[in-house]
Amino acid sequence: MHREDFPMLENDIVYFDNGATTLKSKRVVDSMDKYYLEHTSNIHRGDYDSAVITNELYDGTRDVVSHFINCDSREVIFTSGTTMSINMVVFGFMKYYLTDKDEVLLTKSEHASNILPWIVLAEEIGFKIKYIDLDDNYELTLDNVKKSITDKTKVISIAHVTNVIGDVRDIKSIGEICKKKNIILNVDGAQSVPHMKVDFKDMNIDFLSFSGHKMGGPTGVGVLVGRYELLEKMKPLCYGGGMNNYFEDDNSYELKEIPTRFEAGTPAIAEVIGLRSAILYLEDIGIDNIHKHEMELKKYLVDKLEKIDNITIYNKNSNSGIIAFNVDGVFAQDTSVFLNHYKIAVRAGNHCAKELKDVIGIKNTVRVSMYLYNNKEDIDRLVEALKNNKEIFNVVL
Amino acid sequence: MDNNLRREIILDNYQNPDNRGLIEDDSYLKVNTNSESCIDNLDFMMKIEDGVVKDIRFDGEACAISTSASSIMTRSLIGKKVEEVREILVNYQNMINEKDYDSEVLGELNVYDEICKQPNRKNCALLPSVAVDKMLGELGNEK
Ligand SMILES: Cc1ncc(COP(=O)(O)O)c(C=O)c1O
Repeated sequence: MHREDFPMLENDIVYFDNGATTLKSKRVVDSMDKYYLEHTSNIHRGDYDSAVITNELYDGTRDVVSHFINCDSREVIFTSGTTMSINMVVFGFMKYYLTDKDEVLLTKSEHASNILPWIVLAEEIGFKIKYIDLDDNYELTLDNVKKSITDKTKVISIAHVTNVIGDVRDIKSIGEICKKKNIILNVDGAQSVPHMKVDFKDMNIDFLSFSGHKMGGPTGVGVLVGRYELLEKMKPLCYGGGMNNYFEDDNSYELKEIPTRFEAGTPAIAEVIGLRSAILYLEDIGIDNIHKHEMELKKYLVDKLEKIDNITIYNKNSNSGIIAFNVDGVFAQDTSVFLNHYKIAVRAGNHCAKELKDVIGIKNTVRVSMYLYNNKEDIDRLVEALKNNKEIFNVVL
Repeated sequence: MDNNLRREIILDNYQNPDNRGLIEDDSYLKVNTNSESCIDNLDFMMKIEDGVVKDIRFDGEACAISTSASSIMTRSLIGKKVEEVREILVNYQNMINEKDYDSEVLGELNVYDEICKQPNRKNCALLPSVAVDKMLGELGNEK
């Protein structure tokens, strides 16, 4: 779909590394160029024309986000990306919320950014991190979620879609359970928000994080959405300009209201404007259409890969455009270097989910992750290349 | 060197590497290499006695280039004096990084003389030399 909007695709490449980052449409880059070339100015104060334009675009982006994922505009905080967003939740909120009696539930297929902050905070506070069991397909079942909850469970922090297996968690049902039991649900939306409908309110999410660059937007910008009552209790990690009402030499000070108080200093203005264009672009296409398109492509790819003898697929059934596989007996990186010879970009690795290896028993996989601009020709080219996999070492050595 | 021969040597060392498998022994220096730019993850251990490398072993998950290079590198270094090892490492790293080097001292390691044509594989080829370098560094600290 819409390949003509993505200048990088003019280079005869197949780009299947969308889980890592996505290609940028001309519309996104143009909107950032326009800021840099036509109305550069800082935000917050706008007495002159270009500043007015910039302010409107920057603050207006909160409305765009709020429409896109169904939350209030004042619940939208701009961050540098998912990693920063999750760290703000952990060190700005959880640090003051959790005690050494509490338990936090994670899974082993979480990205590093949704495990390591917890490990570090647990070291400080002494709460317990528990991992909810995954099933035989390395997926998270509602039953296992329920089984893991105890009286001490205060937080469930999980990805909506994991970046290795691409399984889609039933956030709405988990959200209902959490609401009933007074558990905070922290959702890593890095791999879901760009690809499928995420409804912050309807799913009963308490905190939601995502990154601009994984949804056709620029690097350096992301979003943290938090339920307003919780944001009232969250502390900023950064203090400075743009986020205070006053401060005096008697050490008194007052912070600005939410969400501005969480955005100290000059933010990534161009990037927020780019994110705005990226979201509007996705809305024009329709997020449900994107998901449907990816699922069609996934089925097409899995059907073809299954016909190649020596390929093992780890997540045939997951409901997202992510496929993890290996060519038997070949290290994942050798396969990805091999595919690069055909100008096919895939990713080899553990995809920052280092604990998942305990579960799958293999550390590294080749990952194909799709987006709206991929098509069946891309897949045919991948499959043709993989059919030649006996040649891998002749090509890569 | 003929390309087919080069490939055969590398592949053979990948599929049947020498000195693979770690042992429990505290008299060895140990290091893990887990490079930023690639997903290779190998552990190395090396025993030095009287200024001579008595043994080097490695294990872990890694690609064809770094596994084979570890096999050839360990084989090339065992039995060498520490000064000789240092000389080999310097020349090897120079070769990979397209600087002047002395191919005479490198022996079998010369099979990687064309890796520089694939910049994304340089770190794979360098991995065992970085590991041995680190362990030699530790040796220096102990003195
Ligand atoms: C599931 C998941 N969470 C978090 C992240 C981190 O995102 P970022 O690097 O944009 O902060 C990623 C990106 O790889 C991801 O896939």
